[in-house]
Amino acid sequence: MSLLEITDLRARYGEFQALSGVSLSMEEGGVLAVVGANGAGKTTLLKTIAGIVPVAGGSVVFDGHDLAPLAAHQRTRLGIAVTPEGRRLFPNMTVEENLLVGGHTRRPGVWGLERLYDTFGVVGDIRARLGRHLSGGQQQAVAICRALMSNPKLLMLDEVSLGLAPVVVDQIYATLPTITEQGTTVLLVEQDAGHALAASDHVVCLLEGRTVLSGPSDQVSRADLASAYFGLAPSH
Amino acid sequence: MDWVNALAQGALLGGFYALLAAGLSLMFGVMRIVNLAHGLLAVAGAYVGVVVVEDAGLPLWVALVVAPLVLAGFGYLLQRGFLNRAVDLGGLVPVLVTFGVAVILTNLLQEWFTADSQSLRSGSFGTASVQLADGLSIGLLPAVTGLAGVLVVAALQWFLARTRSGRAMRAASDDPEVARLMGINEKHVYALATAIALATVGLAGVFLGMRTQFTPGYGDLVLIFAFEAVIIGGLGSLWGTLLGGLVLGVTQSLGSQIDPAYGFLIGHLVFLAVLAVRPAGLLPKVAVA
Ligand SMILES: Nc1ncnc2c1ncn2[C@@H]1O[C@H](COP(=O)(O)OP(=O)(O)O)[C@@H](O)[C@H]1O
Ligand SMILES: [Mg+2]
Repeated sequence: MSLLEITDLRARYGEFQALSGVSLSMEEGGVLAVVGANGAGKTTLLKTIAGIVPVAGGSVVFDGHDLAPLAAHQRTRLGIAVTPEGRRLFPNMTVEENLLVGGHTRRPGVWGLERLYDTFGVVGDIRARLGRHLSGGQQQAVAICRALMSNPKLLMLDEVSLGLAPVVVDQIYATLPTITEQGTTVLLVEQDAGHALAASDHVVCLLEGRTVLSGPSDQVSRADLASAYFGLAPSH
Repeated sequence: MDWVNALAQGALLGGFYALLAAGLSLMFGVMRIVNLAHGLLAVAGAYVGVVVVEDAGLPLWVALVVAPLVLAGFGYLLQRGFLNRAVDLGGLVPVLVTFGVAVILTNLLQEWFTADSQSLRSGSFGTASVQLADGLSIGLLPAVTGLAGVLVVAALQWFLARTRSGRAMRAASDDPEVARLMGINEKHVYALATAIALATVGLAGVFLGMRTQFTPGYGDLVLIFAFEAVIIGGLGSLWGTLLGGLVLGVTQSLGSQIDPAYGFLIGHLVFLAVLAVRPAGLLPKVAVA
C-alpha cells in the first residue's frame, strides 16, 4: 500500500483554481521531489495535504485515511509534518521553544530534543537564541528539526534552499539521509530541479496546478523535465 | 505619613486593577480581541458571588472558586460558539461581537438581579486591617486583592512561558497558520485562552463585589480602568499590565490625596499622557509573554 495516494486533486483560493488535477503516489521510505515553476501550485499542494487549504475535488489518502474531512491537527496526529516555505519560525520564541511547539503532538519515535541536538549540532548550539535572531541556514535547520519533533511518517519540505548560500543548501540536503534512515518518508518541493533530482528517487513536475510529468528521478531525462517544467511541447 | 499611606493604598489598588485587566490583556495578546464585554463580565462574576454568598448562603471562599469556574466555562463556549468565527472574519467583527455580548448580558443581569445596587457582604474580612505605623494601616481585603493581582499576572506569565498549552497560545498568536501545521488546534487553544482570561475576570469580579456597590451598569467603569491599565503598560504584555495597574492605582491614590474629588481624573490624565508620549505603553510588547 502506498503511503500517500493523491488522485486528481483540486484546490481553490476563492474563485481561483490553484490545483486543477494533481495525481501522485508515494511509497513508504525514500524521497519524492515535486518541482515546478513559481506559481505552479507546489506550496498549495503541500498546504492541501497538510489541511490548511481544503480539498475541493479529487482525493488525498494518507496511510489508508481519507484526509479531506480531517483538520490540520488531526493530520499531524496521523504523521504529517511540514517545514513551510520561508521557514517561518516563531520569531519571539527560542529555538528550544520552537522545537517544543513542533512536538505539540508527540508520536512515538526516535526524535526528541536531546536526539535532535546530538544529530544536528548547530541546532543544539543555538537552542537559547530567539527565532528572529537566526541566519537563514540556522532557521532552516531549526525548521526541519521542529517538524521532526512530532516523529512524522511523512515530512514535507517546501523550498528548503530558497535564499540560502549554496554551501548551506548542500549542508541541509546532506541531512536528508539521516532523516529517511529513521523511517520518515520525505516529500520535497523545489523550484530548482537540480538539487531535487539528485536528492530524490521519484520526481513529479507540476505546471499550472496539474501533474505534467512523473517518474523515477534517474530515468527522467533533463530535456523532458525542462519541457514539462516550462510547458513546452515534448522535444520528440 | 499621609503620603506614604496613599502610596501604599495606591499600590494595592494597582494590584486590583491589574487583576481586573489581566484577562483583557491576555485575550488581546493571544487573539488580538479587544473584549468590550470585559468589564461587564467582571460584574457578572460579582453577581455569581451574590448567588453563592447571599442566595445560597455559602462562605465567601466558595464564591472565589465558583465564579472563575462559571466564567471560564462561559468563556470557552463563547469562544467556540461565536468569537472564533469572528476572529476568522477579522477586522471589526470580533469587537462588535463582544459589544453585542455586553449589551445582551447587561440586559440579562438587569432582568435577573434588577438595576438596584448590591454588594457582597465580606464581614470581618472586609473590615480587618493592620496598623503598620502611625497613620499607615493596611486593610486585609485590599491587601489580599492586590496580592491576588500580582499572583494572577505571575501565574499567567508562567503558564505562557512554561506549559505546553501556553506555548501553543503564543505560537497561535505569532503565526496561526504555522501553529496549525504543528498540530495545534487553534480553535481549542483560543477557547482555552478566553476561558482562562474569564476565570481571572470572575475572580476579580468577586473581589470587586466585596469592595464596592455595583449594578449591571458598573461594567463600563471597570472596562475603562482595565483598558487604561492595559494601555499604560503596553498592549499584549502581562507584566506591562501589572505595571500599568500600579501606575493607575498609585496616581489615583496620590491624586485623591491632593484633592479627593480629583483622584480618578488624575488617573485618566496620566493615561492620556502615556498615550501621547509613549503610545506603545511603558513595556511595549516584544513577545506575548
Ligand atoms: N493565499 C492565496 N490566495 C490566492 N491565491 C493564491 C494564494 N496562494 C497562492 N495563490 C496562487 O495560487 C497559485 C499557486 O501558488 P503556489 O502554490 O504558492 O505556487 P508555488 O509554490 O508552486 O510557487 C499562484 O498563482 C498563486 O498566485
Ligand atoms: Mg511555493
